[in-house]
Amino acid sequence: MTSITGHPAGGEGIGYSFSQPTAAPVKQHGFYPYTDNGGSTLGITGSDFAILAGDTRSTSGYNINSRMVPKVFKIGGDDETGEGAQIVLSVVGFAADGNALKERLDAVVKMYKYQHGKPMSVSACAQRLSTILYGKRFFPYYVHAILAGLDEEGKGALYSYDPVGSYEREQCRAAGAAASLIMPFLDNQVNFKNQYIPGSGEGHALEAKKAEPLPQTHVEQLVRDAFTSAVERHIEVGDNLQMMIITREGIKEVFHPLKKD
Amino acid sequence: MGSPFDINGGACVAMVGKDCVAIACDLRLGMQALTISNNFPKIFNYAPSTYLGLTGLATDVNTVSDLFRYKVNMYRLREERHIAPQTLANLVSSSLYEKRFGPFFVSPVIAGINQTTGKPFICGFDSIGCIDFAKDFIVSGTASEQLFGTCEGLWEPDLSPEDLFETISQALLAAVDRDALSGWGAHVYIIEKDKVTQRLLKGRED
Repeated sequence: MTSITGHPAGGEGIGYSFSQPTAAPVKQHGFYPYTDNGGSTLGITGSDFAILAGDTRSTSGYNINSRMVPKVFKIGGDDETGEGAQIVLSVVGFAADGNALKERLDAVVKMYKYQHGKPMSVSACAQRLSTILYGKRFFPYYVHAILAGLDEEGKGALYSYDPVGSYEREQCRAAGAAASLIMPFLDNQVNFKNQYIPGSGEGHALEAKKAEPLPQTHVEQLVRDAFTSAVERHIEVGDNLQMMIITREGIKEVFHPLKKD
Repeated sequence: MGSPFDINGGACVAMVGKDCVAIACDLRLGMQALTISNNFPKIFNYAPSTYLGLTGLATDVNTVSDLFRYKVNMYRLREERHIAPQTLANLVSSSLYEKRFGPFFVSPVIAGINQTTGKPFICGFDSIGCIDFAKDFIVSGTASEQLFGTCEGLWEPDLSPEDLFETISQALLAAVDRDALSGWGAHVYIIEKDKVTQRLLKGRED
């Protein structure tokens, strides 16, 4: 053990000024390949549309890197603007992995169209995304991905993933930093969980309110409410709300301001 | 080992309405993932319109609730009147801070109506007694993140007693269904100037 002066500390022998320190302190180096860039995403489907939304704040720790880093991307478009795309992907977690994943999937969907002469279906794209994620099972893309589009019947389709490719089709899903705040709100307002039909019976005979597809304007309002609520209570969420609305007519992208504090 | 606040699980929420307040809690008591009891209320009554909710370590919930029963009884004998929610808030705060370096692992919530002013009052605390005076709602417990989301989304100002009951119930049930450590039904108190309604809610049993 050496003291801060470079001389041997007391205890073992005398600290002569000419005695050399025996061992240099060991320097520990660390490389952390992942960062949490915060933010949240949210997807809800309807009978003939799907909405994928995310905030545009990018953070690391208590710092704000940027107020305009979109997390929702068009997949398989004809040009760099994403024109002609029919599938949307949102990624939240580690932004660098999110971008890499978006690029990978975009390339795959484009190659599919060139090779088969038809656009890739959402269900096929969903399965392919799962395969891509599992391909990095032992060095994962550190993201919670949500994929949205319209299925073969024209109904809204939404698929959510864990970082290693486990996936499920759902009606709605919140992901990211404020997922725990938004998800129970969605359970209640989209799937009508814990809601019953008044006067339908006594006690156990009470009939649960059935979840049915909501109209587009209503869903848009729910998304905006969910995010304004999350912004109030979560510091990693804020700045702007990016919404992608997928319908038969194509994809509409809209931005709404959120609180910037 | 995990945080003492998360061993037993549980959730509590208080809300302000128009001339009324509400306080609600879940009924679960567990040891980590294992459910021990599904009838462990976390709200305690200290005066006709003064209620205290306690989440956190169950042994401390019992100890602290008993300690305040003793302290409030002594207060009532000395002062010959019921304790006001504001007074209880200061009593809770100073009692918790007394244990600054060996705290009780609880997150208390107070809801009540001040019988002198007739005004609704809610507040929350951290485990060492720092008071959070909120105008809208207070959440605590292992489902606090979920409760923040549901309350922020469902609550609005000046709710009537009936609407406040619906709001606090939906907020609590939705929140505890997304928390594995909370749930198994709920107790809800709607406190008005000279009426208190207690309702027992049945929730998911998983």
